[in-house]
Amino acid sequence: MYEKIESIVIEALKGLYQELENECLLDPKPKTKIFGGNGILDSLALVSLISDIEFLISDEFNVDVVLADEKAMSQKVSPFRNVDTLSKYIEFLLKED
Amino acid sequence: MPTHILITGTSKGIGKYLAEYFISQGCVVFGCSRGAATVNRKNYYHFSVDITDEDSVVRMVRGIRKNYRKIDVLINNAAVASMNHILTTPTLTVQNIMNTNFLGTFILTREVSKLMIRQKSGKIVNFTTIATALKLEGEAIYAASKAAIESFTKVAAKELASFGITVNGIGPTPVKTDLVKAVPKDKIEEILEKQAIKRFATFTDISNIIDFFLKEDSDFVTGQIIYLGGVSN
Repeated sequence: MYEKIESIVIEALKGLYQELENECLLDPKPKTKIFGGNGILDSLALVSLISDIEFLISDEFNVDVVLADEKAMSQKVSPFRNVDTLSKYIEFLLKED
Repeated sequence: MPTHILITGTSKGIGKYLAEYFISQGCVVFGCSRGAATVNRKNYYHFSVDITDEDSVVRMVRGIRKNYRKIDVLINNAAVASMNHILTTPTLTVQNIMNTNFLGTFILTREVSKLMIRQKSGKIVNFTTIATALKLEGEAIYAASKAAIESFTKVAAKELASFGITVNGIGPTPVKTDLVKAVPKDKIEEILEKQAIKRFATFTDISNIIDFFLKEDSDFVTGQIIYLGGVSN
């Protein structure tokens, strides 16, 4: 499940390249920083990423998750820090469902 | 492709009128209310949803996306009202009003905006009331819930502008619906007396303002609240 989620996160990040023209978005890796210190996205781009991923997860797993929920906000390490933390957080949400 | 409109609170009153009005204009209308559908028309799709329940709203919006691909317009109409002096207002009443009026508007706006962001366009119309502008006695909680919606409308307009989404509000005067049935006649007369134009609003008065917000030429209009009847804040 993790690999599938990670590929969705990467696909969503790549999808933002046309808009943002940040070369880091062409080939995101597990440790690619998404948001926060040295993150490749600003808050507006993060909003787009979240909505893209939520819809992709909904299509792939038929489960409707809300990524920016209370649990996400209360994590010691933000789920939006990098590709790996976000993928793991989504996996956690899907297992919880 | 016809305009796809999601309207909350379509079981009666203004919401039901708007659903039927926009269907007659050739739109596809998704409506929701706690109960079953009361609109039975082609191009009307009903969802029995409590708008204060986040999971249900998320399921509804994503279901619309999967089956119909888009939502061009969101009209946050669903609301409850309760007239009471603040000293005799139960806490549960406050929670109920704030949840349906403000929280419901927030959840719908957040979830539908996610779809509109991908479309890079969308129009959101929220319902406020002249009770907020006029600071009407006996309507403290209702007016406060709508004041929250007005503030939310103005901030959301800024946060969503770069995605091509406009967010505006309409503040009707009393309309002859169930919502004002419970209000004593003399109180209604008192409200009408405070308006520049002293009469009830009609459903057409309301759809006229919404039509203006939804016009393509209104793409430069956002974060605005329009009150009917010549009331100003």
